[in-house]
Amino acid sequence: MDAKNVKYRLGKSYGFQILTYILAFACVVPLLAILIFILKQGLSKINWHFLVNVPKPVGESGGGIANALVGSILIIIVASIIAIPIGIMAGVYLSENKKSRLAYWVRLSTDVLQGVPSIVIGIVAYFWMVKPLGGFSAFSGSVALAIMMLPIVVRSTEETLKLLPDSLREAALALGMPFHRVIFKVIVPVGISGILSGVMLSVARITGETAPLLFTAFGNPYLSTNLTKPMQSLPLLIFNYATSPYNDWHDLAWGASLILLLWVLFLNIFTKIVTRKWKVQL
Amino acid sequence: MESTIIKSRNFNASFGSNHVVRNVNIDIPRNHVIAVMGPSGCGKTTYLRCINRMHELIPGATCSGEMKLNDENIYEMHPIFVRLKIGMVFQRPNPFPNLSIYDNVIAGYKLNGIKLPKAERDRIVEHSLTRVALWNEVKDSLNKKGSFLSGGQQQRLCIARAVAMEPEVLLFDEPTSALDPISTSTVEELFHELKVNYTLIIVTHNMQQAARVSDKTAFFFMGELVEYDETKTMFTNPKDNRTQNYITGRFS
Repeated sequence: MDAKNVKYRLGKSYGFQILTYILAFACVVPLLAILIFILKQGLSKINWHFLVNVPKPVGESGGGIANALVGSILIIIVASIIAIPIGIMAGVYLSENKKSRLAYWVRLSTDVLQGVPSIVIGIVAYFWMVKPLGGFSAFSGSVALAIMMLPIVVRSTEETLKLLPDSLREAALALGMPFHRVIFKVIVPVGISGILSGVMLSVARITGETAPLLFTAFGNPYLSTNLTKPMQSLPLLIFNYATSPYNDWHDLAWGASLILLLWVLFLNIFTKIVTRKWKVQL
Repeated sequence: MESTIIKSRNFNASFGSNHVVRNVNIDIPRNHVIAVMGPSGCGKTTYLRCINRMHELIPGATCSGEMKLNDENIYEMHPIFVRLKIGMVFQRPNPFPNLSIYDNVIAGYKLNGIKLPKAERDRIVEHSLTRVALWNEVKDSLNKKGSFLSGGQQQRLCIARAVAMEPEVLLFDEPTSALDPISTSTVEELFHELKVNYTLIIVTHNMQQAARVSDKTAFFFMGELVEYDETKTMFTNPKDNRTQNYITGRFS
């Protein structure tokens, strides 16, 4: 092979390397662009007044998003209370019974559930919860979001626990521990960092879900803590106010977008820290 | 006459259709060290795991025949009680990685929800760690995680964890095969100390170890108990040809 040919090949290789750098960096660009854009639009709107007041009627300036903040937090807490215990237990079942027929079906259905569009889950929640109960309610929104959380919690729990060595389970069983104690005193505590990271990512995932809430929690211009009544939430507020023709409402929507974005960012970073800190060295 | 603590009659164990332990009859005397040796895949570990009913935890595993602890049928007792009376130490040290050294020793009580006064817990921890010659090495770091110890220390910690439950029998599944020679000899010395209070059944790959530590030796081959005798007799004057061939290294 002559020198020219080698040079050409080296150049090609070098070019390819640069291309991977550029494309890798391209993955960071969308997040950075969104962050900067939302920060620019939203930062000036956010102040204490914005966080503790409810929106003003059209024509009055000022007002805040307290109703949406409180609503989002309540709806997420209730969804978590429903989804986390079920999800963790199902994950434990899957990791303990890898080959059973039920495990096969649970795995399949969580995988499919994960792919079901959120708007479909919203419609289903509407027919199952809102119609029978006779009206929009925050609780039905929580149920819809819980359905969305479930597959993430189940699969991350399963994946975490599957990686734990059998010797750990045997050590516990050989001490005469009954099954539930093996699970709750040994297996789950050792795998807690992975389980928690799944839980927090699922919370981050549902915080911004709008579609299921359109049909269920519906939205509410006033501060409400009644789970059986319509309730505002951040994504609903953004959807409704951003599509309105009023500038004051646009400001609220920008501010709320920033809050939502910061919350998801915070959850992701917090998850990384907790996962590292609580990781049990095997 | 010495009293028998573990007694098997026509004992069989299988994984699915794979018959790994065939018709084993054995009487294990109290406060002795019994070595169980044989080539890989001869069923010795499976037999050991049948004694504290760990075998049945594997999907598809079955067993039949008689297995008695003090004339009580192990397979009619609740497995949890069996495992409280018959402790086990595994091939690889497996301390609970989320627990401190102290909590590892007391794990059998703590994780089973048995409440003990602090003084009693302290006594058990010190006593158990002393029994396994680990107390002096770890007494200043009892709150550190068990996984910070060396492999040999971890294995002694696991023995202490089993000893803390005051079982009658201790099962060892190739307890030193993952350890270095110095740790191995420390653990082997423990066997002599421990047999004063417990009956020890040790599965080992290593013939020299069997010869060094045991009072009686059982030789398994192809799932059968070929020979079971005083260790000295076994190694100097084996009755069965297969034993002779094994200890002279004609197969392994």
